[in-house]
Amino acid sequence: MATVTSLANPTRFLSIVDAVVPFLAGLTVLLLGIGLYLSFFVAPPDYQQGETVKIMFIHVPSAWLAMFGYMLIAVASLGTLIWRHPLADVAAKTAAPIGATFTFIALVTGSLWGKPMWGTYWVWDARLTSMLVLFLLYLGLIALWQAIEEPGRAGRAAAILALVGAINIPIIKFSVDWWNTLHQPASVFRMGGSTIDPALLTPLFVMMGAFTLLFVLLHLISMRAEILRRRVHALQQIEVQRAGSGR
Amino acid sequence: MRPWLALLTREIGLAWREGGAIGTALGFYLVVVAITPLGLGPDLNLLSRIAPGVLWVALLLASLLSADRIVHNDYEDGTLDVLTTGPLPLAGIVAIKSLSHWITTGIPLALLAPILGLLLNFPIASSPLLVLAMLAGTPAVSFIAAIGASLTLGLRRSGVLLALLVLPLYVPVLIFGVSTVSAAVTGPASPWPPLLMLSAFSLASIVLAPLAAAAAIRNALR
Amino acid sequence: MLNLGPHAIFIWAAYALTFVAIAILTVSILIDDRQQRETLAELERKGIKRRSARAKPASGKKK
Repeated sequence: MATVTSLANPTRFLSIVDAVVPFLAGLTVLLLGIGLYLSFFVAPPDYQQGETVKIMFIHVPSAWLAMFGYMLIAVASLGTLIWRHPLADVAAKTAAPIGATFTFIALVTGSLWGKPMWGTYWVWDARLTSMLVLFLLYLGLIALWQAIEEPGRAGRAAAILALVGAINIPIIKFSVDWWNTLHQPASVFRMGGSTIDPALLTPLFVMMGAFTLLFVLLHLISMRAEILRRRVHALQQIEVQRAGSGR
Repeated sequence: MRPWLALLTREIGLAWREGGAIGTALGFYLVVVAITPLGLGPDLNLLSRIAPGVLWVALLLASLLSADRIVHNDYEDGTLDVLTTGPLPLAGIVAIKSLSHWITTGIPLALLAPILGLLLNFPIASSPLLVLAMLAGTPAVSFIAAIGASLTLGLRRSGVLLALLVLPLYVPVLIFGVSTVSAAVTGPASPWPPLLMLSAFSLASIVLAPLAAAAAIRNALR
Repeated sequence: MLNLGPHAIFIWAAYALTFVAIAILTVSILIDDRQQRETLAELERKGIKRRSARAKPASGKKK
């Protein structure tokens, strides 16, 4: 908790980001490299799915980040509304496009995984449907941020929307699950087969770690850019005032 | 007269006099249900199978059409500011306004549904359960719409933005609502479990949505 | 070369699309970051500073 409050000072936060980013970038690239190598050259084909199981190495991390991103936004929203943490709305605003991108990747890779596995590009199973709804929630947040000009009001409005969505997500998930049990044909579709071959777990975890680091890296840089953008805006207003009052 | 009753009477009176809003929502409902078969073909078997879904989706869209009048008119002419200085808490004010929306839009749409169902070969015998399901689900629709309306106060293109924000939140209403009606029509599954879940969701919305909407209004009035 | 089985095209497509999506995201974030830093440097060059930076030198300067 002390770390969070100490990070509340934007200037201190920026200097931390500047220090951490190069190191984090290097680590991310390294881990991605290892992960891709393991995925393509070490991981064996699945006994059921053959080589298409390799799509799992990007689909599962993306899906995890889609949810992680939204949880991050929900916590940041609490920070904005309850504790009025100065950087909370910056965190929420910048996490949205990143989370949305990973949700999109999860949907696309899920679809491409589905075609060879089940013969169709899309299936309204509980997981994919929930992911689609999550994508729509992200889009709503981004649209709301864009629509409101004043950043303070935008931040609080987006925080309210994010929390309403967060409360709704378990209900939506439950209803989609329930809906699926009504309509599910005899065979049960399970991503990755009924058990995951242990030899596939290592590449999967490395990719999960790599993707997570990538998210954090992009998020930190994005937060820095947003903080600077607000400073630029404030300075531009001073500039305009000075020009108007003739120094 | 009690303040909440006075506000409710005012809201309903305004909606009634403005007649166009209610009429437009009903008209929209009719139009959407009427053109769907034109897009899908006149096969009565197909239509009766998708009727529950079409009736529900069209209802959601028609409700969203009139959603911004829950708060936007009063925001624009300053009445909302005045109301906040009154005896009612803001969450209570939003709740009354949402209730009024349900009475003036949700209930008429629900009552119109069986008639429109005829266009889709929906069996008349299942009409009571159709209306019951919609009466159970439309409170959630109105109260959640109020959240969207409150978040988009004073924004351009607020209508479309409102719909984008709110439609994903309607997924449970849609799923449980359609399941109730489908079960009633085709059996053997019982319509009561989804109906109960739909009612529970509505009740939860009635309690929680005004809190979120009030926070959004306070944010906009700042 | 790798033998990715009969569904190789799907695997390549999945990885390629992922790469493109992440690349677009990364590049747009980096460009934005660079733009903000450049604009900020430009403004500071022009002598327009934030209040906390201006507080240190001579007082009596009009805000």
